[in-house]
Amino acid sequence: MLLFSSLIFYALMFLAVYIQIFFFVTFLENKNKILIRHGKISLNDYPGVTIIVPCWNEEKTILKTVHSLLDLNYPKEKLKILLVDDGSTDATWSVIQKFKNYPNVEIFKKENGGKYTVLNMGIEKITTEFFGCLDADSMVDEEALVRMMDYFAKDKEAMAVTPSIVANNPKNIIQNAQKIEYYISVFAKRMLGFLGAIHVTPGPFTIFKKQVFNKLGPYRHAHNTEDMEIAYRMQKNHYKIEYCNDAYVYTNTPATIKKLYRQRLRWIYGFINNTIDYRDVLLKKKYGNFSMFTVPAGIISVFTVSFIVGKLLVNLVDFIIHKIVKFQTVGLDLSLEVNNFDFYFLNAKPFVFLTVVIYALVIFSVVFGHKMIEGKWKLPIHIISFFMVFSVVAPFWLMAAVYNTLLSEKPAWR
Amino acid sequence: MENKVDWKKYLIVFFITAGLFLIAGYLSNYFSDKKIAQLENIQDDIAIDILSSEAQFALLQDLSCKTLSGSVFSGELRELGTKIEWGEKNLGLTSDVSYLKKYYSLLQIKDYLLMKKISERCGVQSAFILYFYTTAENCSECEKQSLVLSALRDKYPELRVYSFDFSTELSAVEAMLDIYKIEDTKLPALIIDEELLTGFHPIEELDSIVQKSFKLQEKPIETKTE
Repeated sequence: MLLFSSLIFYALMFLAVYIQIFFFVTFLENKNKILIRHGKISLNDYPGVTIIVPCWNEEKTILKTVHSLLDLNYPKEKLKILLVDDGSTDATWSVIQKFKNYPNVEIFKKENGGKYTVLNMGIEKITTEFFGCLDADSMVDEEALVRMMDYFAKDKEAMAVTPSIVANNPKNIIQNAQKIEYYISVFAKRMLGFLGAIHVTPGPFTIFKKQVFNKLGPYRHAHNTEDMEIAYRMQKNHYKIEYCNDAYVYTNTPATIKKLYRQRLRWIYGFINNTIDYRDVLLKKKYGNFSMFTVPAGIISVFTVSFIVGKLLVNLVDFIIHKIVKFQTVGLDLSLEVNNFDFYFLNAKPFVFLTVVIYALVIFSVVFGHKMIEGKWKLPIHIISFFMVFSVVAPFWLMAAVYNTLLSEKPAWR
Repeated sequence: MENKVDWKKYLIVFFITAGLFLIAGYLSNYFSDKKIAQLENIQDDIAIDILSSEAQFALLQDLSCKTLSGSVFSGELRELGTKIEWGEKNLGLTSDVSYLKKYYSLLQIKDYLLMKKISERCGVQSAFILYFYTTAENCSECEKQSLVLSALRDKYPELRVYSFDFSTELSAVEAMLDIYKIEDTKLPALIIDEELLTGFHPIEELDSIVQKSFKLQEKPIETKTE
């Protein structure tokens, strides 16, 4: 049993190291192709773009979101903004009235039906060649759209372009931890972009060619992760998804553990269930790196974390039992074992060195993600917050997502 | 869009990962060997101490007992015992560790015999416990007994506990098992003052036996000054 558990552990360890090395090798291959532009650019041709902003109880953030869209460096007559109130129960509807006289803004109200219903309603009204969505908790950088449209201009095969998502104005340790995580995500997405293997076209400001929806059909509910499902569907149909790393979108991140937990539970649950729905694309050469690398890597992460959590729990139970037995046998022992610190007792099993390799590569992705966003080589201090928050809390939402999947319990949006 | 899969890259990454595994395995072995070497050093030191005490004892037969107050500091033997026990669980080099464990058992027997002779010759009160346990099967009583003995040793610095794994294949250990008629079905077993106790004995009971048999003093509280 012990041997079997060790075998599984090292097999998962091998795969975990493999994934990190794969990212790193992809980086070495492509590092000269990472384009970071500064200042304004212009296009020869500005195609029409419609941006839909689904709002559900967003009275606090919606103004900033819409103003960031109005400030985009893009010809006003080519940019249409649809604000859709998805049955808010707060003052969202009255707040967005402010924009009703803007020539390129339209406002709508509908019964609450979930984000994908808003997007589908929007898609039906669209007359432009391009379409995007901006979550009402996010703001776009002035140059974001024009830089993304430049990808479409240069690559006729591109069907969707996703931006770099950056944590907006983090205030506490939970948000700072997420800021670091978004750096990792920027690095990982850039690499997946090079591999043609992006598995999610995020709600904040992915721009699509309208024909994607004409051909593949509308958004689906997709376990509350419609932005992942559409990416899976596009990959399955060999539609190219590009990544524009210098188009910045600032998103408000959950400020409490509870909210973060809910958001991540929804994401991981969505990943697991969309992957189950699309299991037929797994490990098939014709679907490219998406099928051979991205999805398997996600599945391996879920398994690895589940396994390690299980192992830690067993160790914890053993430890507690040992302490209880000790207490019952010889009473309370207050002597600190640290007193006898000796290098002899440091663990030197192979997994320790492999863990160091994994951590080193994760730290590299943070540093490079930071460089891509902030333009400077630096190891951000909040990497400590990241390891603290995510190593403690991430196993919980992951296990909860697995549990919910097994019991078919669907997590709420927030 | 054409989805290209660069198999060469998948293979290269595989080899890099395998290489890292080999390096990790090599490092792990390297440090394990270092640890074994450290244990061997401690054992050699202890062996020299014991041999030296034995030689001293033989030379000074009827001279002052003062110079023979102790062979090895029991602390060193104890440290070695702890490290070997940890090594058994964590190093995974069973043959090396079990060899060290045999050597350790032998050192304990030699220390025990020497201390016994010294106490007889010099009339010093000896305080020994021989402790037999097993690792061959799951023995929760043994684990508890070890905890009790550890606590007693902390309480009485003069108390020497010699612990022997029943499954150690060493003739000297087997001889002790014969002498004291220790059976593997009755573990843990303790020899205190030539008396055999089998099964688990709680700390209160052993404490009173130890106090009665050896008239030991509790470890003075170090912070106390006069």
